Amino acid sequence: MPATTGPSLPRLLVVAALAAAVLALLPMGIGLYQTELLIYGLTFAIAALGFNLLLGYTGLLSFGHSAYFGMGAYTVAFIMRDLHIYSMELCILGGLVASFLLSALFGYVCVRHTRIFFSILALALSQVLWSLAFKFFWVTGGTDGIRVPRNQLTLLAGFLDFKGAGAYQKFVYTYYYYVLVLFLIAVAVMWVIVHSPFGKALQAIRDNETRAGFIGVPVRRYRWMAFVISGMFTGLAGILWAPLNGLTTPDILYWPFSGEIVFMTVLGGFRTFTGPIVGAIAFNYLKVYAVASSQYWQLVLGLVLVVMVMVLPTGIVGTIAHLLGKLRRR
Amino acid sequence: MAILQTIDLKRYFGETRAVDNVNLSIEQGEFVSLVGPNGAGKTSLINVISALLPAESGRIIFRGEDITRTSTTERVRAGIARSFQLVNVFDNLTTFDNVALAIFSRQGKTANLGSLAHLDEDVNREADGILDQFGLGAKRDGNARDLAQGERKLLDVALAYALKPKLLFLDEPTSGVSTRDKGQIMDTIASVVRGEGITAVIVEHDMDVVFTYSDRIVVMAQGAILAQGTPDEIRRNEQVAMVLLGSSGPDAFTRKD
Repeated sequence: MPATTGPSLPRLLVVAALAAAVLALLPMGIGLYQTELLIYGLTFAIAALGFNLLLGYTGLLSFGHSAYFGMGAYTVAFIMRDLHIYSMELCILGGLVASFLLSALFGYVCVRHTRIFFSILALALSQVLWSLAFKFFWVTGGTDGIRVPRNQLTLLAGFLDFKGAGAYQKFVYTYYYYVLVLFLIAVAVMWVIVHSPFGKALQAIRDNETRAGFIGVPVRRYRWMAFVISGMFTGLAGILWAPLNGLTTPDILYWPFSGEIVFMTVLGGFRTFTGPIVGAIAFNYLKVYAVASSQYWQLVLGLVLVVMVMVLPTGIVGTIAHLLGKLRRR
Repeated sequence: MAILQTIDLKRYFGETRAVDNVNLSIEQGEFVSLVGPNGAGKTSLINVISALLPAESGRIIFRGEDITRTSTTERVRAGIARSFQLVNVFDNLTTFDNVALAIFSRQGKTANLGSLAHLDEDVNREADGILDQFGLGAKRDGNARDLAQGERKLLDVALAYALKPKLLFLDEPTSGVSTRDKGQIMDTIASVVRGEGITAVIVEHDMDVVFTYSDRIVVMAQGAILAQGTPDEIRRNEQVAMVLLGSSGPDAFTRKD
């Protein structure tokens, strides 16, 4: 019997274990600031991974994913400020429920449309949320946002806290491993989803929705399910980002942030599984150093995007995979 | 016993009567060809029956149930499958994954997001079997977009066949392929369909193919059924020869002018 069409699991596990080991060892050699940047990169990678379930696997381009990221982050802020609950695990639970409810509602509206209509509807709905956060300042703090106090945060059901001397350093290094574990779980879960029968059905919908319907795939329901999963991944990213940033503001609900998630995914390559991960980490460094080096940092990012789309349309990972393929054939 | 009946089925496009009061009956296990000049309403009729287009009025009875208002997915689950005039496959999936997905769908497993598709041994075995039946086994790991036109046509049919339908519509399965490939494609389709006892309705322009493979032929013109009968009856029908060929006579279908 011929081999099945699918990735080689043992090889994949070895590569994944090596990547995880490198990520686990990195903080020992790169210092506090770089570790902090890497945490940002990993949280954005979770968001891009979720976003790409819609773009790369279902063929739906959302310009409104800031809504789910923001919902996750604001839920953490509300839980801490209003309920005085500082357990990160409870914040994650609350944030995921909130992201689920929001993406289920917005997704129900959006998946009735495709192409540009879907994209604009997703954008419009996210802007509704942004305007609520912006205007209802007595609830959201308006442009001042809501502080997320790191020094009161507890991890692993209260086992770890960050009070006293050296708290910030302890927070960064501990939180790095906390985010890394959740990142690895998110990657594993998403990998199983896209290689499951459901993931294949999404790819069929992306390729040819009419035919997908004619083999019995309930197209609209599966698009909605993909939307909800995508929203929850992006929500998780927002949840993890909030304590790291220490503050949530309406900026993360505004449309340019949705554009950044699109940028990360395109930068890494939306036709590959690992592309959005690489793209998110690379984008984070690119933005940080562009902001630090020039007041025209938006121009730098814009130029990079133009060059990427024109010269490397398959993104960083897509291009590397293409070059490796060429080398192997020689 | 009729597996499918249409009763006064209508579908108009503005002034054009694409399907005009069609009363069609298909018997269980038949291999029926639907023929007619361009614009006769053949594809529109199967589009309405398969729910690609809604019916304007009339009823569709499938295995005793009125399915006129049901969705595409519901008709697929009831046992109606189809292939398309223009190849309709999943270009960026492998040939194997195309067929495997249809099997997952038939088994109600596509909502499963917690297991790896390629580790389902039963589906793997069945998909490989179907690919071999359609002569696509050697192309299983390549993307569907890289197949030749004839192979893509076969994959289109294989996708419908993998659903194990009770009634299979094939819309011009040999269009756009070479004369040599035509016979091969039709032999493959006929052996698979007859081997499984599937009722098949084929839309076809090539009358040699129609006369060779059909149990019964239904001739359509201007959205309505003009005539129907066995291949011999249709061959002798002068009205049909006039409509299809523009000439009549005892040897109209065999004459090489």
